[in-house]
Amino acid sequence: MPDIETNREMRIVGFLCNWCSYGGADTAGVSRFKQPTDLRVVRVPCSGRVDPLFVVKALLSGADGVLVSGCHPRDCHYSEGNFYARRRLEMLKRFLPFIGIDDRRFHYTWVSASEGQKWQQTVTAFTKEIHELGPRQDKEEILVER
Amino acid sequence: MNVEKLKSAVREVLPSVDAVIGYCNGSDPLRAEPCFMKDEKLVEEMILNPLCVHNLTSYLPAEKRRVAVVVKGCDSRSLIQLLQEGLVKRENVVIIGVPCRGVVSVKKVRAAVGHEKVLSVAFEGDAVIIKTASGEKELALSDVSPAKCATCQYPTPLLYDVLTGDPVEPGKPADQVYDDVRKIESMSLPERRAYWEKELGRCVRCYACRNACPLCVCTESCIAETREPHWMSQKATEREKMMFHLIHALHLAGRCTECGECERACPMNIPLGLLKKKINMEMLELFGYKAGTDPTDKPPLFTFRPDEERIEEHKLP
Repeated sequence: MPDIETNREMRIVGFLCNWCSYGGADTAGVSRFKQPTDLRVVRVPCSGRVDPLFVVKALLSGADGVLVSGCHPRDCHYSEGNFYARRRLEMLKRFLPFIGIDDRRFHYTWVSASEGQKWQQTVTAFTKEIHELGPRQDKEEILVER
Repeated sequence: MNVEKLKSAVREVLPSVDAVIGYCNGSDPLRAEPCFMKDEKLVEEMILNPLCVHNLTSYLPAEKRRVAVVVKGCDSRSLIQLLQEGLVKRENVVIIGVPCRGVVSVKKVRAAVGHEKVLSVAFEGDAVIIKTASGEKELALSDVSPAKCATCQYPTPLLYDVLTGDPVEPGKPADQVYDDVRKIESMSLPERRAYWEKELGRCVRCYACRNACPLCVCTESCIAETREPHWMSQKATEREKMMFHLIHALHLAGRCTECGECERACPMNIPLGLLKKKINMEMLELFGYKAGTDPTDKPPLFTFRPDEERIEEHKLP
């Protein structure tokens, strides 16, 4: 959803696992829940596929926010992918502020294929937060043109 | 650091290995050099003093032969980490431990003598005596040692087959190990950003930090240089420099033993160790893990617990 004042969309990158969160986003779509349009989804086989460097690369390339979502812990399609993801992503979330990136710009969560409603709430809340934070101020020299 | 004891230990070990990796005099009086010894003649040239700064375990992952290696306390942690990850086989390495009271930072010594040509270096107790054309200068070892020595918790190697010399008790304040990280964290986010832009902006992308790192083992397939996937371009922009250092730091998450080789190798004096120390601080808090202290342990990001006690789910407002 474009910001009302600036009429501008934020750039939010989402990494969703194929089995749960991508399905959840699909459920939200099929159920015609109203959702902001700032998020660009990248489908990955499993949240365990998400290298923390994917997030870093997105942020350094000018993304305003990054959202990672996978199956709930203990529900991973591959049994344990999201357990590894949880450790890595938590490490990253704690590390980002150290280099001056607000950790609110990165969020990771768990959404199952049936949780269309939860997906809608997650995307709405995260997008709202990113709009409140505004576009990255620190990226003049790192930014690609909008 | 007793060189005679070390030499006799090396002579004893030499017949059972293909080479011994130790230190000898380098190209100028201020520099020691790693040396690979295959016969006894070279053993005489071995040295052991605070100039022996290199982490010799960096050579081990690529080493095909059975070798013996001289390790200080900090180096032994790197070796333990390499063993943990199966990057070095225990049966292929003989560990000669040397208790250490601190090394010097060549950069600091050079700065202390005004970058004059050093004619000779001598060590007396905790003093470093540097002779230059303009005279002799006595420096305290603690004033010219790298930051890691000031808070060293492991002056005696944690793992060794032979220990040369008496163990050194760790007497440095343990609660100050991460003080430098906390100093950065006391800044605001934009200040931190500016700090890293200034520091990393100096990077010349020589990759010396990566090459010196004992735990950077990808060699030719390092993703900083591959074209497929193309993670980074060759541009010398701040973004690419930052990306490179984040690749290094994140690939060392839960593995870095804080040996300080990246900082030592850096020609631009960038405090690269800080990035890794910050992650280590979090690893300690989240998983109670300290890299390279227990050979039977497993790096925290190589494993998991179904119920993570210390990771709480993040809620959006």
